[in-house]
Amino acid sequence: MDTLLSIQNLTVVYDTASKRVIAVDDVNVELKQDEFLAVVGESGCGKSTLGLSVIGLLPKPGARVSAGSIKYKDTDLLKLGSNKIREFRGTEIAMIFQEPLTSLSPVYRVEEQIAEAILVREMRKKGKKVTSDVMQTTYRNDSAPVSVTRIPRLKRRSIPGELRGEVIEYLKLVRIADPEQVLDRYPFELSGGMIQRVMIAMALSQEPALLIADEPTTALDVTTQAQVLKLMKELIKKVRTSILLVTHDLAVASQVADRVIVMYAGEIAEDADVLSLFSKPLHPYTNGLLSCIPSGYKDESELNPIAGALPDLSVRSIGCKFAPRCPRAMQVCSTHRPSLTSLEKNHKVSCFLYGN
Amino acid sequence: MATDSEVILRTEELTKYFPIRRGLNPFSRHHDAFVRAVDGVSLGIPKGRTVAVVGESGCGKTTLARTIALLTPPTGGHIYFDEKEITNGKMSKAELYKNMQMVFQDPESSLDPRMRVGESIGEPLQGLMQWKKDVVQDAVERSLKAVGLSAEFASRLPKQLSGGQKQRVAIARAIAPQPKLLILDEPTSALDASVQAQILRLLLELQREFDLSYMLITHNIAVAQYMSDMMAVMYAGNVVERGPIKTVITKPRHPYTIALIASAPIADPKRRNLLQTEIRGEVASAINPPSGCRFNPRCPYADSICSIENPPLREISPNHFVACHFAEKTA
Repeated sequence: MDTLLSIQNLTVVYDTASKRVIAVDDVNVELKQDEFLAVVGESGCGKSTLGLSVIGLLPKPGARVSAGSIKYKDTDLLKLGSNKIREFRGTEIAMIFQEPLTSLSPVYRVEEQIAEAILVREMRKKGKKVTSDVMQTTYRNDSAPVSVTRIPRLKRRSIPGELRGEVIEYLKLVRIADPEQVLDRYPFELSGGMIQRVMIAMALSQEPALLIADEPTTALDVTTQAQVLKLMKELIKKVRTSILLVTHDLAVASQVADRVIVMYAGEIAEDADVLSLFSKPLHPYTNGLLSCIPSGYKDESELNPIAGALPDLSVRSIGCKFAPRCPRAMQVCSTHRPSLTSLEKNHKVSCFLYGN
Repeated sequence: MATDSEVILRTEELTKYFPIRRGLNPFSRHHDAFVRAVDGVSLGIPKGRTVAVVGESGCGKTTLARTIALLTPPTGGHIYFDEKEITNGKMSKAELYKNMQMVFQDPESSLDPRMRVGESIGEPLQGLMQWKKDVVQDAVERSLKAVGLSAEFASRLPKQLSGGQKQRVAIARAIAPQPKLLILDEPTSALDASVQAQILRLLLELQREFDLSYMLITHNIAVAQYMSDMMAVMYAGNVVERGPIKTVITKPRHPYTIALIASAPIADPKRRNLLQTEIRGEVASAINPPSGCRFNPRCPYADSICSIENPPLREISPNHFVACHFAEKTA
């Protein structure tokens, strides 16, 4: 399989008034075509920052890529200017977020939002310049001058049948039961699961080769989560999209991913295909995380929480960042930093227990 | 077994409705509608045991917890603590406070940011319970120690604590008056996996040490399974199934419980249960609940009777209650 995305030696820092936090520290990730990759870790491990840096949406000012490259197909995304990367956003790489309600516009109906995305795609295909007023310029029913700022209208904008049909197709693709009804609704009239599906529909309408999903089901209920994850899994086959799923939930990753990357304090602890990661976890942190998942009944099983707390990321450590909490730490762990090494096919680990 | 022992707390047909006025149109006739958050719940919590109340958002589980703790007055029904009725102001605030305590989901907002940890824990003991200063001091230190924090933490401010430490403080505050019952409302859902494991373990240790009874509100089936002796499943304000934890987990009989358990992801790529589940639709509205059984529009077993008659809870095996017309069919 071809490599779609290749992140090399990526380091992302957040500069605050008093300190510099290294959120992503020298990380290497490869994502293949049609692959479902999950990045797992606890809060502050850098998993979201990793996702955001791929699509060029790191918070500014504050975050900055201080080293490394992100190669998508043949382009280094980090070398692109903000206008250039906009062309990749959506069409090539799309993203969905944890809070679906805040990522849709509250003043436009679902239909308008997806239709606009489709128009943008068409304009890009034809090589036309995309303006911020796609809908206005394409479907203007009145003779009023096109405003630069977009003001929500009370008057309903008519959307021609064929475009409407395409919007309905996408809503059907994400298994919305009665798309004709959903079209006319505003985001606040929909439930969390529905909005997340609308977001996915909108992302897919761009026919992206890569979909980055940042905790897409964390705000949803379990039955809805099951529906959304199942949908994402189907999409890989149906529309040939590779997925980078960012999640804190190992169980979710085990259910859908082909490969799992475990991150700790900005670094990759382990990178393996899903079966070997769960059957043969190597890194003590992965082991610790797995034994933190409650399973079984209270008198029959015991949880073995990882001792201690996350390290302060503004302090540069010389050794392994997990060493202070590691039950199997050795002398070398506090003086040297392990690097991510291939132990066997499809299984890399960053730990001195395994040579290195 | 858990179910044979006495109950510490019991509710009888407990209801909580929130009134809403619909529409802004001044010409419409003002119809007052209600959100039926809790609609006739009868539940008992055995002494020294844990009852988990599970369900999805909007099912009324948090309202049930708040109503039982009398943080909000019930609309109807009765609550008995140790067989004494506590509804209708029949128990004093101090007595209530002494008997049951609550731990909330978000430790960030349940601690006063300007109060030192020691003050947060000690204030109600001194003010409401009228304990003497040195007794309060002693209680603060003892409860901090019980949750694994040193006495030095008493002088810290919440902003100097991590999320897990804050939740420990919230638990310390709850156990300080030595209550008999703790109502835990999603105590770990705001926490990371490794911190969640620490807190769950702490709660089990405290239960053994102080013989506490727990009512655990959670949406996480794995947490409920690990922590509890009994489980009650709520859907749209009703308890649809309850029974000993093992029975409910391994032999769920209500179609909703079956779907809920099947949708909980297992951390095992060889058992991809999630991709096999099939559940339609969304959680029922609590304002306009469907007629008959509230689950019937989503239910694969639904028949004509289901949209007419709301099935009552009935015992299908010892201590295992299911509210379904076709509980025999679903197994």
